[in-house]
Amino acid sequence: MALANNKQAATPAARNPSDKPSSASGPEFAKEQELLALREMLLIRRFEEKSGQMYGMGLIGGFCHLYIGQEAVVVGLKMAMQDGDQMITAYRDHGHMIASGMDPKGVMAELTGRRSGYSRGKGGSMHMFSLEKHFFGGHGIVGAQVSLGTGLAFANRYRKNSSVSLTFFGDGAANQGQVAESFNMAELWKLPVIYVIENNRYAMGTSVSRASAQTDFSKRGLSFNIPGEQVDGMDVRAVKAAGEKALKWCREGNGPIILEMLTYRYRGHSMSDPAKYRTKEEVEKMRSEQDPIEQVRTRLLAKKLATEDDLKKIDAQVRAIVNEAAEFATHDPEPDPSELYTDVLA
Amino acid sequence: MAELTYRDAVSRAIAQEMARDNNVVFLGEDIGKAGGVFKATVGLYERFGPLRVRDTPISEQAILGAAMGAAMTGLKPIAEIMFSDFLAVCFDHIANEMAKNRYMSNGQLKCPLVVRTANGAGSRFGAQHSQSVENWAMMIPGLKVVAPSSPADVIGLFAAAVRDPDPVIFFEHKSLYGMKGEVPDGEILDTLGTAKILRPGKDATIIALALMVGRAMEAAERLKAEHGIDCEVIDVRSLVPLDTRCILGSVAKTHRLFTVEENPRLCGWGAEIASIVADESFYDLDGPIVRITTPHLPLPAADNLEDVVLPTVDRIVDTVKRSMA
Ligand SMILES: Cc1ncc(C[n+]2csc(CCOP(=O)(O)OP(=O)(O)O)c2C)c(N)n1
Ligand SMILES: [Mg+2]
Repeated sequence: MALANNKQAATPAARNPSDKPSSASGPEFAKEQELLALREMLLIRRFEEKSGQMYGMGLIGGFCHLYIGQEAVVVGLKMAMQDGDQMITAYRDHGHMIASGMDPKGVMAELTGRRSGYSRGKGGSMHMFSLEKHFFGGHGIVGAQVSLGTGLAFANRYRKNSSVSLTFFGDGAANQGQVAESFNMAELWKLPVIYVIENNRYAMGTSVSRASAQTDFSKRGLSFNIPGEQVDGMDVRAVKAAGEKALKWCREGNGPIILEMLTYRYRGHSMSDPAKYRTKEEVEKMRSEQDPIEQVRTRLLAKKLATEDDLKKIDAQVRAIVNEAAEFATHDPEPDPSELYTDVLA
Repeated sequence: MAELTYRDAVSRAIAQEMARDNNVVFLGEDIGKAGGVFKATVGLYERFGPLRVRDTPISEQAILGAAMGAAMTGLKPIAEIMFSDFLAVCFDHIANEMAKNRYMSNGQLKCPLVVRTANGAGSRFGAQHSQSVENWAMMIPGLKVVAPSSPADVIGLFAAAVRDPDPVIFFEHKSLYGMKGEVPDGEILDTLGTAKILRPGKDATIIALALMVGRAMEAAERLKAEHGIDCEVIDVRSLVPLDTRCILGSVAKTHRLFTVEENPRLCGWGAEIASIVADESFYDLDGPIVRITTPHLPLPAADNLEDVVLPTVDRIVDTVKRSMA
């Protein structure tokens, strides 16, 4: 199931946190883990499908970047994380929020610009936060979250706690100047941060090979002595296994590490993307051969850990949660204009 | 004459300048093969090829750095920064480099480049993709700052910007890309630093920029029809250089001044104009200068909140009517 361009991890031997690269699929999941992964990934997928529909109906405006296809990345990592570990990402953030345990109703209500949204309608799709769930946003400026995530790790180290910052960014964002600055500082100060590069092969309409001189993003830390690994980001088991090793590496005080997640987004960059830069066949091939959710479903059925009926039930439960969120977000009132003036300053 | 959208005017303007001067090169994110995220650069890659129309990585500092480096040797780069909010990501090159190299080098270094960028609100994009930041550029000595409100002005002012020997920050308004307007055939070249009186009037002057120009015009029609107040509407078009002659001349005639600004209130361009008019024409004024602006807030994403913060036709009509009563 490895992606076509999935290569062996190349890290300097002395700095390799593991014996073997985690790009191979991780250890088998027990039944409960498979079911958890399935449920979480399905919840994100159905939530995103619903967001797409609601955007089409005009209930959601502005930007709306769907995470469909990439679910295994955030779900696998969340399964490896401990309470207190933080996440920060860019604008393709709905999946991260749901995986963090944020309430789908509050996320959806922010998408529709209503008063019960996580940011009371003032943030929108790209800008939501939950301190309670250790989710630090939701950032619209490509690359900005990379230095902020480094700062989360700085604080963890300063407080001598054992939390790790999982700082997510895209293949496109990897070409921002502040990424290099952050890498250097993080390694210099041995900050507990995992740089999760979600390589979904495109940055808007530009493919990785058209924008990047070094297309193996796991190597982007080499000149800073930051180890990196390429991980099959479509296989939730591989993601979880890589996450566990990387978290251990960080918690042991070894400094930052890069996990390049080889993944794929099925939908356009945002809702207004005609996606002329790739073929329908390419998308179809990924969907039919590597879909992260199908992989789990197939395993569950093949190993007779679940029946078709069981899986249908899970899907129905997930759909009910999503429908409830959509219903809520459609009928929640608009924000009161007096909200405009709150929280500009303390 | 042909009817053209504002977005098609952008690509026609770039094509006009690239066709006449081989030193003009164009670089930015998704401007080439994809035709631009606002589809304002469609066809240029096909026509001028990948050497002159360069898709770049998402590296704003490198984009402006490369543009300026090339400009110092005499090329005339056009650099696109996709959203004007991202000017902050590469602000060093804007504030410390391109604006100052001529001055610091005793005039040896030149910086004939244009930074085009999509400015302004109206699309529910929230606080990091909707700002009107023309004042960020206006405050820096050594830059020219332009913001057209119609397709014809896009072409004429853009051509002037490309041919200008100084760095020009060219603000296109993202809510105007779909706007249609008559555009003359053939080459169009306008003059930087010139405002335009779009509607003559005798009772009050309303000065507006970019998206606010249309709203000011509509408000002026309503003020005349419903309240008998005859407003002169000026499209500033160019903040640096600023056409003070046009503005002061109008105030001398109408004796009242209103500005309609999309930027947050503090340090908006209208404050500078108010200060100039107060200095130069205080005794021409029959009443206070009134600024109609977005409040001093980050921009919210929700439909109703975004709509209520931007100056509307209603707000302009009400404000002018009340102040003139
Ligand atoms: C500084 C900055 N430059 C450009 C953009 C416009 N932009 C938004 S998303 C994007 C592509 C990012 O691609 P990638 O990092 O691969 O993330 P993906 O969308 O694939 O998740 C671009 C160019 C931006 N938001 N911020
Ligand atoms: Mg990408």
